[in-house]
Amino acid sequence: MGQVTFTDVSKRFSLRVDGETHLIQALDRISFSIDDGEIVALIGPSGCGKTTALRVAMGLDRSTSGRVTVDGHDVKGCGYDRGMVFQHAELLPWLSALQNVMFGLEMKGMRGGELRDTAERYLDLVGLKESQNRRPHQLSGGMKQRVGIARALAIDPSVLLMDEPFGALDAQTREALQAELLDIHARTGKTILFVTHDLDEAVLIADRIIVMKGGRVHDTIKVPLARPRPDLGIVRGTVEFAETRYKIWQALHDNAAEIH
Amino acid sequence: MTDMTENTNAATERRSMPRWLITTISVICALALWELFGRDVNPVFGSYPSAIAVAFWHLLVSGELLTALSESLRSFVVGYVLAIVVGVPVGLVLGRSRVAEAAFGIYITAGYAMPLVALVPLLMLWLGLGFAVKVSVVFLMALFPICINTWLGVTAVPKTLIEVGKSFVAPDIVILRRIVLPATLPYIMAGIRLAVGRAVVAMVIAEFFTTISGLGAVIINSANNFDTATMFVPIIVLMVMAIGLNSLIGWVERKVAPWQDEIAGRDRE
Repeated sequence: MGQVTFTDVSKRFSLRVDGETHLIQALDRISFSIDDGEIVALIGPSGCGKTTALRVAMGLDRSTSGRVTVDGHDVKGCGYDRGMVFQHAELLPWLSALQNVMFGLEMKGMRGGELRDTAERYLDLVGLKESQNRRPHQLSGGMKQRVGIARALAIDPSVLLMDEPFGALDAQTREALQAELLDIHARTGKTILFVTHDLDEAVLIADRIIVMKGGRVHDTIKVPLARPRPDLGIVRGTVEFAETRYKIWQALHDNAAEIH
Repeated sequence: MTDMTENTNAATERRSMPRWLITTISVICALALWELFGRDVNPVFGSYPSAIAVAFWHLLVSGELLTALSESLRSFVVGYVLAIVVGVPVGLVLGRSRVAEAAFGIYITAGYAMPLVALVPLLMLWLGLGFAVKVSVVFLMALFPICINTWLGVTAVPKTLIEVGKSFVAPDIVILRRIVLPATLPYIMAGIRLAVGRAVVAMVIAEFFTTISGLGAVIINSANNFDTATMFVPIIVLMVMAIGLNSLIGWVERKVAPWQDEIAGRDRE
């Protein structure tokens, strides 16, 4: 459970700038697949279509052509087989951390004691059991994103989709959350597709990195680092880390003229 | 919570004056100035606080004031509550539905600017001179600010919050109730506050132009008798009522949307 396949997915939309309509080709026949339990990073310059690809997989955007399947089922809209972690957590400000996690579960139809227990369990998983009654503005940026992850995981999706989840956090918090995400992955075995613009993050977390440019898959790079990776500090010191990072850097920088 | 206590501590440390005290001093100064200069004016053309207080006492003792007030309040409350009950859902739908907005938004915008006083004679032809016409005048004046504010509030809800609902496969009606409505509450409450003033004006207009009754009648009758001090009594009662209603709504807002103050970091005493 948790296989994702993109087959010839294209997405065009029109954008009006200063009265002129521009046709944007956000995705241009991209194809790739993700295995069950695999972590794949989408990386590329801004406007390369990485977020659009994620949104199409979530069902928040519709592709113009092509198909995305999750475990063989066509993606036609949002579904409980996929959980989305938003860039800025996007917690509902009037709900406590616990209620935010409960929100998704309620939508899935869970009620009563089971609802509360499940929400508490997932807040515990991200280390926030003590802060469950705080409202979002009483949480730090890192805590908010933890709640965002708990909210997405709680509905027990087979795929976790993350849109630059740690991009807005300070460096230390980001490192802590990266380690935590790997820990959660080790425990739950979820398939994860995440968007990032951070080379280090892509290499540290992913099994495979898809470099996108101009709406196309430019390159796919396998990360030759074994799992689990309990100490990311050690991973950073390895030759494999440095080599893979350099490979991505090269992939991002060749044909520089193509980058908009 | 930590923010709030810190703010309160800071306030006591600096011994800054509480809000209510500043307001009280301001009101006392205004009344004193009015008393001082008002006494020099011919009592037909103006009045002053002590004379108005005496007139207030007479109206209160005779029972005239309370009868008039309760009469006025009946049409005010019914029209105002009706405006909230209709205005909020209509505003929510206008903000959420592109079709509804395109089809009906123009009437709401036009209705807000409508010179309602000019329509009162027509409303009288339709509804007579009694309670119904007064309610409808209050309703029409209060409806549009509530409706427009709600509508604007909905369009200001961050798209990503709605996508949170969508990503959990929430049906549109659930997104409206669980995400759009709470996110719009501050705008709705602002609309409801704006409507207080308009509803009070509408109530008096209705009492002037239809069956002369309530506080409006007290104003007209005392003005006709050149009893300016008595004429000021209902005007001041209405102003006090509007202020009271405003703080009541503010209190309700903090009860139903406490996160709003916390987010803004406002410190209320």
